Amino acid sequence: MVDRAPVLVIEGVVKEYGDVARTRALNGVDLVVGPGELTALIGPSGSGKSTLLNIIGLLDRPTSGRVVLGGKDTTDLDERELTTMRAHVLGFIFQFHNLLSAFTALENVMLPAWGDRGAPTREMRAAAEDILHAVGLADRMHYRVTNLSGGQQQRVAIARALVHRPALVLADEPTGNPDTASSDEVFALMRKFNRELGTTVLVVTHDSRIADGCDRVVELVDGRVRSDHAR
Amino acid sequence: MLAQQIDKTLGSQPHITLRVPREEPRPLVASASTTAIAHSMQESPQRLRSIDQWPRVIAAAERMEGVTAASPSITGAGFAVRADAKSPIVVHGLEPERFLRIIDIRRHLIAGHFELEAGDVVIGFKLAKDLGVGVGDKLRVESSEGGDDLVTVRGIFSLGNEGVDATWLLTSLRHAQALYALPGGVTTIELKVADVFAAERIARDVAGTTGLRADSWMTVNADLLAGLSAQSSSKGLIQFFVVVAAALGIASVLIVSVVQKSREIGILRAVGTPSRRILLVFLIQGGVLGLAGSAVGSGLGAVFAKLFENLVRDPSGVPRFPVQLGLPLFGFSVALATGVGLVSAVIPARRASRLDPATAIRNG
Repeated sequence: MVDRAPVLVIEGVVKEYGDVARTRALNGVDLVVGPGELTALIGPSGSGKSTLLNIIGLLDRPTSGRVVLGGKDTTDLDERELTTMRAHVLGFIFQFHNLLSAFTALENVMLPAWGDRGAPTREMRAAAEDILHAVGLADRMHYRVTNLSGGQQQRVAIARALVHRPALVLADEPTGNPDTASSDEVFALMRKFNRELGTTVLVVTHDSRIADGCDRVVELVDGRVRSDHAR
Repeated sequence: MLAQQIDKTLGSQPHITLRVPREEPRPLVASASTTAIAHSMQESPQRLRSIDQWPRVIAAAERMEGVTAASPSITGAGFAVRADAKSPIVVHGLEPERFLRIIDIRRHLIAGHFELEAGDVVIGFKLAKDLGVGVGDKLRVESSEGGDDLVTVRGIFSLGNEGVDATWLLTSLRHAQALYALPGGVTTIELKVADVFAAERIARDVAGTTGLRADSWMTVNADLLAGLSAQSSSKGLIQFFVVVAAALGIASVLIVSVVQKSREIGILRAVGTPSRRILLVFLIQGGVLGLAGSAVGSGLGAVFAKLFENLVRDPSGVPRFPVQLGLPLFGFSVALATGVGLVSAVIPARRASRLDPATAIRNG
């Protein structure tokens, strides 16, 4: 790694909900994630993990505090600029597969390119095909995602999160699937891309086995970072 | 529809008809303030009289703004007789070229020609039927003034107006002058105006200038006009509500679609699809719904309208509700529906584009 500048810097992020009775979901979170790190974000239900993930993912804005992504302060960006950043800097793997069921695996993987430019270029198509090869779905790329198994669908979701080589991949309970074999497979893939491509990954999980496999575990309790261990 | 109905009505009558003023009774001795005179007055019987210096009246009328044609005629009552059959008729003595500019009778001929040489007449088809005559047959005309003559039927017309088709007999002005003992005279002058709805105003002007009685089609057909305007406004109301219903339909389909697709919308937003593109998708969907709906609707509507036109007919076989379908009508309808689709899509599309991706993904 030549570039050691942090991928993500969070400073004093507070998030409050409600107008009258204000509840604090995040109560001053500070976090720095370096490039190539595979970080697990753990904590009990209601500790603010998903809120934090949404704020990092630029799907939500903090009430106060700063989020710096890839060296760029996102505080003063407007909705359009945030959308552009989501398209270029971030990759999402959601709790459920969250693929568009009307489309094929390949089309789902090309979605970020489609959303950004209106139509994928030849290079984007090639990149999508490559990444589907890499996740082992070369022979399934023209299947509609509804005709794929749950594990295959999750691999499509991973491919989609990685196709544009984002600086940071956010995964929300990516293995929140009762099927242990496929959840291991999903994590193994994330680990593989993290090692081979140096992809920075932040994964929210309940699963201690997954947390154990990460480079670093950040525990969130009551909207604050309680512990932060490297492994 | 309104325009067609007015066209149909005006097809068989002049826009303005000028007649001599009614003859008013006058007491022989005028009442003075100091003396009271007992008297009884009766309404004057109205004779058939000629308009004084009618060529000058025509020239004056033709100079008036908005008047496009003037035709002198003798209009009188009479009977048409053939063998044992005798029908009451309205005799119109006219100058063919001038009359054609008021009512183009040639377009309404169903047999023969519009020829009014000496002793020729053109009659309504109902009258022809009642008398059992065809083109080339002869019949006897008796005027209310005692004149009578043998004439030849040269043409038969149908103006789509029961009364007209059953009573009108058109002949030359000269012939009518002889029948009604009004040599050189005319009893009515018929006018055509450029703007049919200005007829009433022009009629008042003409009456003022000439001193004649001027009746516009609007007074003669006041009931029809009121009916038509009521029909037109109720039609407008119906159209308005149809458009509102269609707009609500499209909007609700799209709102349901936005709700159903909110998870997908959330995913697209999360992976970087700009909100304006989401907006566009739903606007286009609304437009496509309007376009497709109106295309199908235009086809079905055309079929039903033609069916209706063919089913509902006058006794004479003329459609009672003539339907005119043209490309402009379809074009306008499709454009309007597409526009309505786009407009009704605005709210759902904005809703879709403003969907919070995080919530949409979680709850979707």
